[in-house]
Amino acid sequence: MTVHITTPTPDQPAPASSVGVVGWLRKNLFSSIPNAIFTIIGILLIYKLVPPALNWAFITADWTGTTREACTSDGACWVFVGVRINQFLFGFYPASEYWRVVASFSLVGVLVAWLLIEQTPKKGLVAAFTVFCYPIIAYFLFYGGAFGLPVVETHKWGGLMLTLILATIGMFCALPIGIILALGRRSSMPIAKSISVIFIEFWRGVPLITVLFMSSVMLPIFMPETWHFDKLLRALIGIVFFQSAYMAEVVRGGLQAIPRGQYEAAEALGLSYWKTMTFIILPQALKLVIPGIVNTFIALFKDTTLVLIIGLFDLLAVVQAAFADPEWLGYSVEGYVFVASVYWVSCFSMSRYSQHLEKKLHTGHAR
Amino acid sequence: MRKITWALVATVVTLVLTAGFAQSSTKEEVQKRGVLNCGVSTGLPGFSIADAKGVWAGIDVDGCKAVAAATLGDATKIKYVPLNAKERFTALQSGEIDLLVRGTTWTLTRDSSLGLNFAGVNYYDGQGFMVSKKLGVKSALELDGAAVCIQSGTTSEMNLADYFKEKKMTYKAVVFDTHDATAAAFDKGRCDVLTSDQSQLYGLRTHLSKPEDAIVLPEVISKEPLGPVVRQGDDAWLNIVKWTFNAMIEAEELGLTSANADDMKANSKSPAVRRILGLEGIGGKGLGLKDDWSYQVIKQVGNYGEVFKRNVGADSPLKIERGLNALWSKGGIMYAPPLR
Amino acid sequence: MSNTSKKQRWWNNAQYRSLFFQVLLVAMVAGFFWFIGSNTLHNLEKRGIATGFGFLSQKSGFGILQSLIPFSEADSFGRVFLVGLVNTLLVSVLGVIFATIIGFTMGVARLSNNWLIAKIATVYVETFRNIPLLLQIFFWYFAVLRTLPGPKQSWAAGEIAFLNIRGLYLPQPIFGDGFGYVTLAFVLAIIVTFIINRWANKRQQDTGQQFNIWGVAFGLIIIVPALVFFAVGAPLTWDMPALRGFNFQGGMTIIPELTALLTALSIYTATFIAEAVRSGILAVNSGQTEAASALGLHRSKVLKLVVIPQALRVIIPQLTSQYLNLVKNSSLATAIGYPDLVAVFAGTTLNQTGQAIEIIAMTMGVYLFISLTISAFMNWYNNKTMMVER
Repeated sequence: MTVHITTPTPDQPAPASSVGVVGWLRKNLFSSIPNAIFTIIGILLIYKLVPPALNWAFITADWTGTTREACTSDGACWVFVGVRINQFLFGFYPASEYWRVVASFSLVGVLVAWLLIEQTPKKGLVAAFTVFCYPIIAYFLFYGGAFGLPVVETHKWGGLMLTLILATIGMFCALPIGIILALGRRSSMPIAKSISVIFIEFWRGVPLITVLFMSSVMLPIFMPETWHFDKLLRALIGIVFFQSAYMAEVVRGGLQAIPRGQYEAAEALGLSYWKTMTFIILPQALKLVIPGIVNTFIALFKDTTLVLIIGLFDLLAVVQAAFADPEWLGYSVEGYVFVASVYWVSCFSMSRYSQHLEKKLHTGHAR
Repeated sequence: MRKITWALVATVVTLVLTAGFAQSSTKEEVQKRGVLNCGVSTGLPGFSIADAKGVWAGIDVDGCKAVAAATLGDATKIKYVPLNAKERFTALQSGEIDLLVRGTTWTLTRDSSLGLNFAGVNYYDGQGFMVSKKLGVKSALELDGAAVCIQSGTTSEMNLADYFKEKKMTYKAVVFDTHDATAAAFDKGRCDVLTSDQSQLYGLRTHLSKPEDAIVLPEVISKEPLGPVVRQGDDAWLNIVKWTFNAMIEAEELGLTSANADDMKANSKSPAVRRILGLEGIGGKGLGLKDDWSYQVIKQVGNYGEVFKRNVGADSPLKIERGLNALWSKGGIMYAPPLR
Repeated sequence: MSNTSKKQRWWNNAQYRSLFFQVLLVAMVAGFFWFIGSNTLHNLEKRGIATGFGFLSQKSGFGILQSLIPFSEADSFGRVFLVGLVNTLLVSVLGVIFATIIGFTMGVARLSNNWLIAKIATVYVETFRNIPLLLQIFFWYFAVLRTLPGPKQSWAAGEIAFLNIRGLYLPQPIFGDGFGYVTLAFVLAIIVTFIINRWANKRQQDTGQQFNIWGVAFGLIIIVPALVFFAVGAPLTWDMPALRGFNFQGGMTIIPELTALLTALSIYTATFIAEAVRSGILAVNSGQTEAASALGLHRSKVLKLVVIPQALRVIIPQLTSQYLNLVKNSSLATAIGYPDLVAVFAGTTLNQTGQAIEIIAMTMGVYLFISLTISAFMNWYNNKTMMVER
């Protein structure tokens, strides 16, 4: 007698050891003996580092107060940062004029957000305003000297404000120079090409710190004696040259990614070189290199800390100077952690944004 | 495009043409600007230091004030530019500052090949050593093998090398950029000895976590005449600075103080006093200043003795003796040529 | 003038235009340099600043904390330049070695199938590359190394090594007569190993027979020099550090400035190297690994013969540019007083002599030379390993 099985037996559930939490653990943490050892070392490492760090930074930390006496526990003394937060943000900028700095940065924040968010209308107009009008507004807000705003000399600028100013102005001025250099490097004219190559390779070959030394020490010798550059301007000139060389290489990458057909088509239409570049090539190339530009901006943002070596008071320098206050000796770790978190949050979010863009822009231009 | 290139070419040509011309003197520039740009240290108690509100004080700061009083008639019209030792000369050469009063030692090299001129001496100093009491060292001759903290770009660096070589001792130089960094390194024990000009040692000691644990050794190993510095090639400005400092010394000799200046101006019969107050004699003609320039200096800043006492002497936490800095008539070497 | 529309005007001719434009460019650049040159000459003369390279033979007159070549205060500024250069190269070479080790480990760890290890590596990379290098240097120097004890309370490992705020003190080897033979044996062993390796590869290509090189290499490189060492009578003694007076004397010292700079440089650069390694491995098509496994190759062979050679093509160019960055970043030494080229030459020497132009030009020249050499190497490598499309 034969038995006909008409209904298939139901699937057996996976063994208990390969599903659920246990399965996940086995697969991801204990798949082999070496792996298990690594996992245990990792857990030990985390156990040794993370709880004490959290304990120090948050749980036993002191948050409120105005003097050193407020720091009674073993944890971090954030009072030190709190007491000097205005100095860390604005340097020696007069307190009554802080609103100018805040207004200026808020305005640029709104403008940039407008340009970055996709749904907003009238992008062209806003972009033109940002490029042509905003710098003038920002100059008068920061420096003053018009519309009844008192002058605030640049040696009073400092802290996070100075860091942001150096990075944004450096970037803003370096971009057009970088584009011209990139075009020069890809030009068919031998002299224009070699001048661009020499310029780019020179600035990329030397450390920023020597560039800053050069601009702060040698600029006064190179220029007519009647021209006086203040310290901030000298540092900025150095930063712009340095940054433009890096920018040129980023833009060049974008130019190379544009298919030849685009050039040929533009030429076939009878467009001149500059028209081809302005209306056909650059809009496509620049769109491609936005992530690269953001990445160089991140690098520049971190590099602005170097200005403390030539005596400008950026965020790091202001915090460092505060350590020397006899009232607050011994809180350097808190200060460094504060600066590190400011930089980390900014750089990490920018790099995430650039990765997001990279994914988004990766579509239409696959080679 | 071509328009732009021509515009560029035109700009360059104009710049080149203007480069050779347009000389202006420092004095005129300062008076036109209405503010004196004065280079001081990044923070040295007694010499130049800003308090929490950003108000500057010190013997060097008073030097700046005196020159502002002489040139502009107002000792408050100053922009202080804090500089470290490395950047001070560049700042002066570049025109960023008009005057440098930053405990700068007068040497042949600096006077002759850096494009600078020293306008005199406002403090006679000498290099010394500070050590922790715990070391039990009584003399600099016991410092063989020590690690020495020192500020880079100073004459102290060279004197130190000379001294140790002469005494056949060895040392390790640990070099930092600012007074603060140097003092902090000494405080934490990165080095055994802190060396600098003695006056600075007393000032820096107040910045240590336990000032009473450090002592300054008796040896003075060098001559450090500290003075105001100006750019080379502007003799009129050099004269103004030079004679402003001379006037302060002369005033002390004549017993003229900020307190009695008005009284003396009204009542004094002494020709020397009347000359220094601008009532007789050449006044400010030779310097191109107002006749009462030195009166303004004395009235607003004070004579040399007052300045010394207030900033580094008996009335200050530093309590430094006058020593070499006393008047020539009182056992020191402060001596001003006659103001006539 | 109706025929002009057919005949091209000369200024519309592309060649003339390009010629005109380039002549203009040359004129502008020349004008710019002439402008700078004449200003400089005028300023130097007016301010009485000395010029020329004569200062290089003048006596320097200051001490330097760390020097690998003999140096004293009586030596010249030219010697200071060399000392600075050697110190820069020292920290760069050590930095490259450490950064490479940490970077490769972390890059591979990020791709590990162990979830925890991969996450730890990711956190490491994302943390340290988003914090400015200078801040990291300060952190290690001022916040970490400054908490070490003073010389009298040093942490000691036996009587051999000592760690305190002044540095790490280690015994220094002193090579006696005959140690040259040991070095010679070592070099010869490496050369012989290299030759055997080539022979083994060739034989494998021709016959398919494999030859395990490791045992032979170990024997040649370790045992042969060791035998020679004892044969010539062990000509090696150690100079031990000992506390005399204020400080440890004798032995060799690793100064905290070097430690801080090296730690920060390695950790920071390693994050970028880890990313390069990861992208290099990911760039190898998974088909390649699968095909290799299908051929029956062992997992280690797949890595060695298939993945790594292809990944290196992506990794090496990025790696070189990171090495270049590390060399340039070593100039941050000046911020904590490590006596590198920028600190002792572009810093102290510039201040003592005031000859900014010569000194900055020499300093930049050194870095430029290093950069161009490394890029030349990179181009050569790229050409050599360029994929041969079939």
